[in-house]
Amino acid sequence: MLKQVLLTTSQLNATLNRLAHQLIENYDSLQDVVFIGIQPRGIKVSELIIDNIRQIVPSQKVEYGILDITFYRDDVREEFHKASNTEIPFSVEDKIVVLIDDVLYTGRTIRAALDALQDFGRPKKVELCVLIDRRFSRQLPIQADYIGKSIDSSTEQKVKVEWVPKEVVMY
Amino acid sequence: MQLSTKHLLGIKELSPEDISTILTTATQFKEVLQRPIKKVPSLRDVTIVNLFYENSTRTRISFELAEKRLSADTINFTASGSSVSKGETLLDTVNNILSMKVDMVVMRHSASGAPHFLAQHLPNTAIVNAGDGINEHPTQALLDAFSIQEKTGSLQGKKVLLVGDIMHSRVALSNIYLLKKMGAEVKVAGPPTLIPKYIEKALGVGVEYNLKRALQWCDVANVLRIQLERQNQVLFSSLREYNLAYGVTKKLLDEVNKEIVIMHPGPINRGVEIDSDVANGKDSIILQQVENGVAVRMAVLYLLAGRNN
Repeated sequence: MLKQVLLTTSQLNATLNRLAHQLIENYDSLQDVVFIGIQPRGIKVSELIIDNIRQIVPSQKVEYGILDITFYRDDVREEFHKASNTEIPFSVEDKIVVLIDDVLYTGRTIRAALDALQDFGRPKKVELCVLIDRRFSRQLPIQADYIGKSIDSSTEQKVKVEWVPKEVVMY
Repeated sequence: MQLSTKHLLGIKELSPEDISTILTTATQFKEVLQRPIKKVPSLRDVTIVNLFYENSTRTRISFELAEKRLSADTINFTASGSSVSKGETLLDTVNNILSMKVDMVVMRHSASGAPHFLAQHLPNTAIVNAGDGINEHPTQALLDAFSIQEKTGSLQGKKVLLVGDIMHSRVALSNIYLLKKMGAEVKVAGPPTLIPKYIEKALGVGVEYNLKRALQWCDVANVLRIQLERQNQVLFSSLREYNLAYGVTKKLLDEVNKEIVIMHPGPINRGVEIDSDVANGKDSIILQQVENGVAVRMAVLYLLAGRNN
């Protein structure tokens, strides 16, 4: 299938910047908010959003961690998944947790992430921020609170955030 | 990367990539074990039987904990008090257990090759060797390697000394295979009666009969237990004499005056192969080895369970 560019480099930069602004708009103080990027592909996206937030509100402390959900997948035994690092150097107890991933598709990764998060404590609230929302393809009742771009795609198509060159493509 | 094998019978059968995969996965599980809730649901649908035909404290508890931390269901079997004493064969016992829908077998047996025998007859069940006779103890070697890596950064080029009863030690054999595969240098030290004659040629390890010289050479000393239960002839005159010649003592280490990581697979014969002040000293990582054992065994079980379908 032909490769289609969903977001060019400048659009991607603008979108990441907008997501950062939306998050700050919603939470004036980040004191009770923590951000968690989901391994492996949500890391780069979340890092860029966090960089943006830090630039916009340099005086605020931004808590950021990364979460690997491999051991919580529902298809552990069907195919091999390589585990990555988890680093959550703060407590999530009673915090507002914003999970950040690149593409929201079936919803199964987020389901696993919610389970994984439980093992670190009981957050006050969990929100989801994604760069791309593949609409109408969910297999579980999960939706995002902050969305970079919503797209319509079929199951045969793949959506990927590429970093060299920096763009979002569908093929 | 996926493991190249369906069973963990020994380190001999593993590739360096397999070993790296297991050690990396163990790092992730070690992090899991630091969480408030030290449990993941990965093996929720797996039932594991722990078949122990030989006594064990550490290995059995460690495997059982690893299984529980992975949410697997477990059954424990010890030979004493079972129908083994009525003369049931190994294969019959295992087949009976498997007919109750068990997915994996962790086995310790006093006969070398017992897990290999099972793997031949049960190709669809993952078999994990928890020590077979004087052959191998793969998870111990993996946790030793993990502990060395954690303490010193890497295995490549490390000088590792194995001290003591090399002849009867499955820990020694597994350690030698693993360390050689991962690019470490290995020497063995002990009385000539406890070191196999052709080990230098067969396994490519150095031999040193003088413990002080051996310690001067090494970065890590893994002190092995004198296995009185496996010796049916007199191979050294007394435990006291063994301690004088080959015991790792504070005095000897002071003379060597070098920073050496001290390891022991347990159970320790204090005052025989190692003195208490060395085993409890600041360079000893003996208890870290035990701690790491759970994470390493979680990694092995997780990777093999995924391999099975």
